[in-house]
Amino acid sequence: MTKRKLHFSLCGNLKESYEEELTIFETDFGRLWLCIGIVILLGVIPFICSSYWLYILNTIGIYAIAAIGLNLLIGYTGLISLGHGAFFGVGAYAAAILTTRAGIPFLAALPLAGVITAGVGMIFGIPSIRLKHLYLTIATLAGQFIIEYVLVQWEGLTGGAEGIPVSNTSVFGIGFNSDRSFYYLIFCSFIFLTWVMVNVLRTRFGRAFIAVRDNDRAAEGMGIPIFKYKLLSFGISSFYAGYAGALFAGYMMAITPEPFNMFLSIEFIAMIIIGGLGSVSGAVFGTVFIVSLSEVLSIVTEFLMNVGPTTGFAVTIAPLREFVFGLSIVLFIIFEPKGLAEIWRIVRSSFRLWPFSY
Amino acid sequence: MEFFLHLLVNGISLGFLYALSALGFVMIYKSSSVLNFAHGELLAMGAFLFLTLTAWAELPIILSFALTLTGCFLLGFIVERFFLRPLIGEDLIQVIMLTVGLAAMFRGLLLFIFGGDIHKYPEFLPPELSIKLDLIQIPSVYVATFIIGLLFLLLFGFFFKYSSQGIYMRSVADNQPAALSLGVHVRRVFALSWAIAGLVAAMSGIVLGIINGINVHELSSIGLKVFPVVILGGLDSISGAIVGGVIIGLLETFTGGYLSTSLREIIPYIVLVFILMVKPYGLFGLKEIERV
Repeated sequence: MTKRKLHFSLCGNLKESYEEELTIFETDFGRLWLCIGIVILLGVIPFICSSYWLYILNTIGIYAIAAIGLNLLIGYTGLISLGHGAFFGVGAYAAAILTTRAGIPFLAALPLAGVITAGVGMIFGIPSIRLKHLYLTIATLAGQFIIEYVLVQWEGLTGGAEGIPVSNTSVFGIGFNSDRSFYYLIFCSFIFLTWVMVNVLRTRFGRAFIAVRDNDRAAEGMGIPIFKYKLLSFGISSFYAGYAGALFAGYMMAITPEPFNMFLSIEFIAMIIIGGLGSVSGAVFGTVFIVSLSEVLSIVTEFLMNVGPTTGFAVTIAPLREFVFGLSIVLFIIFEPKGLAEIWRIVRSSFRLWPFSY
Repeated sequence: MEFFLHLLVNGISLGFLYALSALGFVMIYKSSSVLNFAHGELLAMGAFLFLTLTAWAELPIILSFALTLTGCFLLGFIVERFFLRPLIGEDLIQVIMLTVGLAAMFRGLLLFIFGGDIHKYPEFLPPELSIKLDLIQIPSVYVATFIIGLLFLLLFGFFFKYSSQGIYMRSVADNQPAALSLGVHVRRVFALSWAIAGLVAAMSGIVLGIINGINVHELSSIGLKVFPVVILGGLDSISGAIVGGVIIGLLETFTGGYLSTSLREIIPYIVLVFILMVKPYGLFGLKEIERV
């Protein structure tokens, strides 16, 4: 066994084989940082944060899982879905129905909800057999409305507009009822699912998705059955959305059809656009950005509300939030279409190459 | 029978409204292949501008109508110049998300200024316009809608057929590189088509406002209802938009009348999925043959 040397920084692109091109970590420095990051994430943060901060982090974790899934569909396979808000809702309802009606423990209901959502997502992916680009986008838009309608109208199963509680029974003495326990559940799932996603992208499946995105006719010519891969991409991506939805349902303890609307779908797409399409870390950056943005906005409006009675100037959160939200999407698309991931890359490489950064 | 006729009249006038709303959408798609998710908000901008001018500034109706149309013409122009022009040649998702972002901006702005309540225009239509058939009464707003709609459709027909700008626009829609090489100013055509779409949107926003009262949420949901209409008619066909609008309008009122009122909102989307599976280019759309 030859002794492997540790690599800390590269002074150029020195790759000699395809395997090297596929590695996740270019240097051992990155591997080290990841270990430190995981230790801080799981060992330090839950003990020093107040429950408000834990709530924000949990929200980020849940949305990040869904955003990573959506990024596979949009960023890597090139299929635009406007229905992911509804898929997220399907996962949430599946978890709620499985736990309350069927009495399945919450931990087992999580992956089951993901699988159910994957099935639903694949049904709405079927139009991709004939449709491309904007026609498919419109089909998923219709999917969003149809699922929303079903969630509200099928009262026997979903409880209609009044919603449904999620029972959260413990298994083997592990119960999830505090912010901290949910923090562990969410971030362990997040780490696992991110690991799976990063590795799926390196396999032949991931390369097939990218081939379909870049040129589907050429992909077909190379022997990739594109319909199968498009459906698979819909399935995996909806699984992530459904899993995240189930976590959301468990964390909220009761759900109504209200949050799973068109706006949520747009929010998911905004996350991956702002983060950077076709980059797993970008999806996470985008989620952090969007969730922090709406938290900051709600603090600002709360502040203005308190000032309001004295100055006669009162604002409500929703319009302001929508406006700033739209503005940030527009600014990112015009000025930095590759998103936060690209900004991060530039910052990092300028540090690495300092003082000869050109 | 009376109920049936009532639904028929309602359906056709609703369909006309949809067709009118879809008109601007189709114009943008036809010339620049941009799928405009902010169309409902353009309608709302027009409707609220008219409200400000008539109810708050209390200008005469004709003057405020003209001012609204001019304002929205400029708005469409500005949107194209500052937001869409930098994106020419970018990916579809970027363009779609840009219009989604614009929609959120406009909606936030309107909600911030006017709130989410329903506003009403002052009465200004003469009551003599209403038509009484032997069984049913057609209210004057519907008649006015019908007249205005027909007028604009004719106007657009002539514009596209005979005016030089209209012919340029058709040439760009047909084959952009060929038009460019023959000396058509393609960027001006894009700007003009957005400006005209803004104008048409303002028009339909005002008409919708006269009938239902104006409400930001309502108008932006009509912007999404445009999708079933244009897919049914064919994304790039103006006559298709009219036929599609009337069919969807009739479908909605009859479903609401005979089946259930909650199904009414969703039936256009169910039809949409069905059409996309069976005949994705719609009734009158241009078929792009591409097999994969």
